[in-house]
Amino acid sequence: MENRVNLDAAYGPSEDIVAREIEGEIVIVPLVAGIGDMEDELYTLNETGRDIWKRLDGRTPLREVVRELADEYEAPDKVLEEDVVGLLGELLERRMIARAEG
Amino acid sequence: MTARTYATRIPAGRARIWKAGRPALTMLDIELTERCSNDCVHCSVNLPEAAPASRREMTAARIGKILEEAAGLGCLSVRFTGGEPLIREDFEDIYLKAKRLGLKVRLFTNATRLTPRLAGLLGRVPPLERVEVSFYGMSRRSYEAVTRRAGSFDAARRGLRLLLENGVPFVLKGALLPANRDELDEFDSWAAAVDGTGNPPGLAMLFDLRSRRDLGKNPLIRSLRVGPEDYLATCAHRDERHLGELMRFTVRFAGVHGAQLFTCQSGRGRGAVDAYGRYQYCLALRHPETVFELAEGSLREAVTGFLPRLQSMVSADPAYLERCGRCFLKALCQQCPAKSWAEHGTLDTPVDYLCGVAHTQARAMGLLAEGERAWAVGDWQVRVARLSALIEDTLNSPGQGV
Repeated sequence: MENRVNLDAAYGPSEDIVAREIEGEIVIVPLVAGIGDMEDELYTLNETGRDIWKRLDGRTPLREVVRELADEYEAPDKVLEEDVVGLLGELLERRMIARAEG
Repeated sequence: MTARTYATRIPAGRARIWKAGRPALTMLDIELTERCSNDCVHCSVNLPEAAPASRREMTAARIGKILEEAAGLGCLSVRFTGGEPLIREDFEDIYLKAKRLGLKVRLFTNATRLTPRLAGLLGRVPPLERVEVSFYGMSRRSYEAVTRRAGSFDAARRGLRLLLENGVPFVLKGALLPANRDELDEFDSWAAAVDGTGNPPGLAMLFDLRSRRDLGKNPLIRSLRVGPEDYLATCAHRDERHLGELMRFTVRFAGVHGAQLFTCQSGRGRGAVDAYGRYQYCLALRHPETVFELAEGSLREAVTGFLPRLQSMVSADPAYLERCGRCFLKALCQQCPAKSWAEHGTLDTPVDYLCGVAHTQARAMGLLAEGERAWAVGDWQVRVARLSALIEDTLNSPGQGV
């Protein structure tokens, strides 16, 4: 799997996890073995991660995600881009998201 | 937006992962069947595998709908129990449904019906909770004296091997019975090593009577229970810290609950569904006044409407109010509506057996003198404060430990 984040590509939740929103928290539940380091782990996202995650629909390129976030937050594009690439890198490494085909 | 760590790993055992509020339902027990491949001498639930009850059991589709409702209420963990859940031919479908909804699964099993296919599935699609395996003896003779099923010892050992081969985390549990009593030390050492926890397994000793109140087996179950002194001595033998932990627990939770019937944590954000689709406070409590037919209402109604009504129930029974209602050992005692139901068919009759165990423990901690009754002790707060001071003093003494 390509682990480098491509800002021109779209990403969506992987089929290896189930993502749930419970009481405002995004909870990522591994569906198959090998997602976590141990047998009994779930993952939650911080506030930044949550806002980015909700935009990972498998259709919207990451550059567009950064633009949408820029409209919402008063933060430099470069900082937002670093956040998106940072989160996506973590999620790709853990097989929690997948790059959309095409 | 400058954070640099985005995904936080949460140990699945952590009860609380959300920062604001709490879901209406956090954990749900589902009894997939009351039928079992074994016929254990001490069991409070089991029916024969071929029992006609199977025709009334919830279908996989019905269970799937309940799981969907549970997930919609924020439930994160479901426990599949029985009877023996794995005797259901559709277990795999039910399990995968729960997993696809993002639920962690706690599976209670005797492991005799594990197949290579199912163990492989549990390895590939992990339950995210250790499978809990009940195991009843170190030899075929002792094991099958408990299960009363020829071949069950070999089948259970085969099941454990399959879990190990497929890397499925599990934890063992036992029951102290006449047939395996002489093997206890061996069992503790073996179990701690084989399941990889390094801890002695949970051990049932104070067996519940039949939860459906089919009373014919109750004399046998009663005869298998250990006495209060034996119970305490066995706990202390298995764990030298037992009495100290009991003291700390008592200091923390001692108190009088008056007429309030439901004082345990089982119902708080939790619930149970029996094999036929009835919501219960817990799986042991089947009193008709405390069950909710899910065929006639939603799980949400059960959790948000019916459950709070149960939790507000109070006793009007004079014996309960005189004894349990005034007893400062209520948290220590296992008496609860479910135990009263199994023992007496009521919600609030004191259970002498459990009362005896709690009083024996209190005497061992120096809280009661011989012949004293906890509900008649006026200065219980002074006594608990004295126990608390004793724990502090002991902790502050070099080389000592309570």
